Amino acid sequence: MQAIALTKQVTSEGAPLIILDQLDFSASPGESVAVLGASGSGKSTLLGLLAGLDVPTGGKVLLDGTDLFALDEDGRAALRGRLVGFVFQSFQLLPALTALENVMLPLELAGVNGARVEASSALERVGLAQRASHYPRQLSGGEQQRVAIARAFSVNPRLLLADEPTGNLDSATGERIIDLLFKLNQEHGTTLILVTHDERLAQRCHRRLHLDRGVLVQEQA
Amino acid sequence: MNSFALSLRMLRREWRAGELRVLAAALVIAVASVTSVGFFTDRVGRALAQQANMLLGADLVLISDHPLDAGFEREALRRGLRTAHTLSFPSMVLHGERAQLAEIKAVSRNYPLRGQLRVTQQPYAPDRASSEIPEVGTAWLDERLFKQLDAGPGADLEVGTSHLAMSAVLTQEPDRAGVLFNIAPRLLMNIQDIPATGLIQEGSRVSYRLLVAGEVGTVELFRTWATAGLKRGERLEGVSDARPEIRAALARAERFLGLAALTSIILAAVAVVMATRRFMARHLDNCAVMRCLGAQQRLIFRLYLIQFLLLGILSSLIGCLLGYLGQMVLAQRLGSMVAAELPLPSMLPAVQGVLTGMVTLLGFSLPFLQQLKHVPALRVLRHELGPPGRFGLIGFALGLAGISGLVLWQAGDAKLGGYVLAGMGAAILVAALLALLLIRTLSGMRRQAAASWRYGLANIARRAGGSVAQVSAFSLGMLMLLLLTVVRGDLMQSWQSTLPAEAPNRFVINIQPDQVELLRGFFHGRHIPPPALYPMVRGRLLAVNGKPVATGEYADQRAQRLLEREFNLSWSDRLPDDNQLVAGKWWAREDHGAAQLSVEEGIASTLGIKLGDQLTYGVGGATFSARVASLRKVNWDSFRVNFFVVASPGVLEKFPASYITSLHLPDAQGSLLDEMVKAFPNLTVIDVAAVMNEVRTIMDRVAGAVEFVFLFTWLMGFTVLYAAIAATRDERVYETAILRTLGASRRQLLAGLFAEFAGIGMLAGLVAALGASGTSYFLSTRILALPYVFNFWLLPVGMLAGAAAIGVAGVAGCYSVLNQPPLQTIRDNS
Repeated sequence: MQAIALTKQVTSEGAPLIILDQLDFSASPGESVAVLGASGSGKSTLLGLLAGLDVPTGGKVLLDGTDLFALDEDGRAALRGRLVGFVFQSFQLLPALTALENVMLPLELAGVNGARVEASSALERVGLAQRASHYPRQLSGGEQQRVAIARAFSVNPRLLLADEPTGNLDSATGERIIDLLFKLNQEHGTTLILVTHDERLAQRCHRRLHLDRGVLVQEQA
Repeated sequence: MNSFALSLRMLRREWRAGELRVLAAALVIAVASVTSVGFFTDRVGRALAQQANMLLGADLVLISDHPLDAGFEREALRRGLRTAHTLSFPSMVLHGERAQLAEIKAVSRNYPLRGQLRVTQQPYAPDRASSEIPEVGTAWLDERLFKQLDAGPGADLEVGTSHLAMSAVLTQEPDRAGVLFNIAPRLLMNIQDIPATGLIQEGSRVSYRLLVAGEVGTVELFRTWATAGLKRGERLEGVSDARPEIRAALARAERFLGLAALTSIILAAVAVVMATRRFMARHLDNCAVMRCLGAQQRLIFRLYLIQFLLLGILSSLIGCLLGYLGQMVLAQRLGSMVAAELPLPSMLPAVQGVLTGMVTLLGFSLPFLQQLKHVPALRVLRHELGPPGRFGLIGFALGLAGISGLVLWQAGDAKLGGYVLAGMGAAILVAALLALLLIRTLSGMRRQAAASWRYGLANIARRAGGSVAQVSAFSLGMLMLLLLTVVRGDLMQSWQSTLPAEAPNRFVINIQPDQVELLRGFFHGRHIPPPALYPMVRGRLLAVNGKPVATGEYADQRAQRLLEREFNLSWSDRLPDDNQLVAGKWWAREDHGAAQLSVEEGIASTLGIKLGDQLTYGVGGATFSARVASLRKVNWDSFRVNFFVVASPGVLEKFPASYITSLHLPDAQGSLLDEMVKAFPNLTVIDVAAVMNEVRTIMDRVAGAVEFVFLFTWLMGFTVLYAAIAATRDERVYETAILRTLGASRRQLLAGLFAEFAGIGMLAGLVAALGASGTSYFLSTRILALPYVFNFWLLPVGMLAGAAAIGVAGVAGCYSVLNQPPLQTIRDNS
């Protein structure tokens, strides 16, 4: 994964506002990178661009050698389905689906045969085999996030993007979620990019990037 | 990938989550409404098609209002066809002290040529087919006449001047119309007994029929031959055009019941819009997540489209099933008007039903599904991002075009369909404008209201668009209900009150010239002032201003029918009391002998007759001509004897005439009529009250069928209410939670909810009451020509009923919202 001169600029009340300014960085398979920064520093924008959910004003993102923004919206979606997994602060599980069905969804969308079996084993890996038929509202926050993690890993992504994955959880639960995230990251050899403002969480990553008003101010090993 | 299998799974999940129930309910009700009417009319149509020759009693019938030329029968027999004769006319039948008007039918050997007669010795006992006709000197009575005359087997019946012995109860007669078209009960007799009755006289209304049956090809050839020789007053009825009166009634029923059923489709469209909009709002996140998980726009659209297609087909099929059950109710309410045994319906109404359901669902949900596919994936990170832009009414162009197509199709002709569409459009527009106006007014008043009401009313005003839709939808449903209940009663009452208490309740016809003085003497002898007797000559309009009239030149069906028949013409030296001259002048005494006519204005305009036109009539074999000297307005509701065409004295006296009169007879003097009929057996007495009762029974039956169809509309109204509640439910949950944290009590919240829904119900009731008053005004003044009486109660009744029904239903629908713990709600929505 490589970002080259990535720039995002919007117009706010008539004046141009630079959110990301000429950002360059890369991450290799198996590596974990924490993106830190205050509220409004551009962390979420960066994450959106890396996933191809948003379009930059300038620069490019290479994913497995493919220029994300050379593709159209649907092309990016297809690439995302194949290569990218997500974990969100607010879990983003579909309320109408059971835990198992939520994990099945990306597999079904990708047309994988035997989605049910794969999803079941993914749930088992996060320790929720017993709760497969429960709906999100019947699960605790930590359980919901584990379902989200199972969903993210179910397609064997090359890149896993996590947006404040412990933001809505108490610290003990958060701790266990992070353990799980890193464990699976190791097992799958995925590139993990983790947006957070939790320094302790960031400490566990191989590298830490600090964003300040759209500029990468510091890269720590 | 297999998007169908995935869609099916998604559909199952959505269904379980309850997301699609409103949509399904709306479609099921709409399709049930349309197909119940469709299945019923289809069955009746098939009955007509399958039993056409049995309904005719033959393969071809030659019908005439005068004795038929023997040449027709000779030719039929020469061609190897079988024939039979019938002859029918109304007459009084007497048994002891009882007298009853009956429809007499005299038949010849071989009758009927198709189908069969069934008889029994006692009414309601098992009946058997009869290959015979009544023997000479005997008569068969149908169950009604049997009971009215209390005539057991062997009873002596007087018909005209002859005596017949009652020998069987007639239970089935092939060429008999249903209850709808038979005001009088039936007496079947042998045609050889007719001369002895002395009933076939000048002025008697007799229908002569020659029945023909045989090989299809031969019958067709005979038909072609006979068509060329038809004279005035003669027509042919074949299998394909059998029973035009039933066909016409069926076509009308199909049209109007069908259009009534379509009102539920229009409400279904509203429900579909509301429910799909909510579906879209609730699935924006889902779609964003799916986009995030790699789903392409095309795929998302396809997944939802397939889900909706499946939902549409399934709901429509269930609707068809319910419609099939519904048609049984309709058949029960209306069926006896056509035939006892209805065949099973075809599949066509089901196809129409599914098509209707799909057009409604897709036409009004596609714009939303289109929007779902445009949800930006970035919404997973930035929740405020929605689909780009909004679409206006233009987005529903497909749906509106579809509904218009359905209305036109159902109406069966562009003009009626256009009127209905324009009417519905105008009704919706007026209802919406009124609703908007009322909502504005109401929100201006909320400053004076208590806190809960203020909050409720504020909600109505804030969701103005949704409120207008809800008020309009409800008011349309309530409008129908008010029209069918309150307004129908009002109109009936208004009509009855226009009848003077002393309005004639009996007509006596067939009075022969030599009986006029005897009849006057009969009344004098009983110290009753004799009623006015009017002479009547039957003539047919042959030419206007010397130009022969051809029925083909008249587009109007009524005009064609009027020209086919003989008119009752009369003469008088003075303008009848309840007639009003609208053009020209009445003849003076010195005009005596100058041939002049006065024509009723309605028939003049139907036939295009103007003041000064020279009309030529044929009476018997002779003709006469006269100039139209005046046009009259006639109050037909007076139940007095009136004529379309009245001649000046000296014109018609030379033609054979019969006399007619009407009289008011209190029930207590009923025996007077029996005496009169005994003294003058050829007279026919028509009991207006009995006729009115028949008409009322038929009207009640038709109204019952219409009410049944509108029941679906009413159910649909509640589906719309539910859709509307569901549409704002998510918002309400959040607001309620916030109000809770601000310290609102449960009672205050309930009161606020009630205020909002009761407010909407009250507005809908007001709009409906105003609409019903307007419709009633239009109906009474423009169509029924009755004095309009404003029903003051419509407004309070409509408003209160609306407020109570919708207030309670709304609160019930939202009740569970109050039970959510506020903290969880707020956290979920943050």
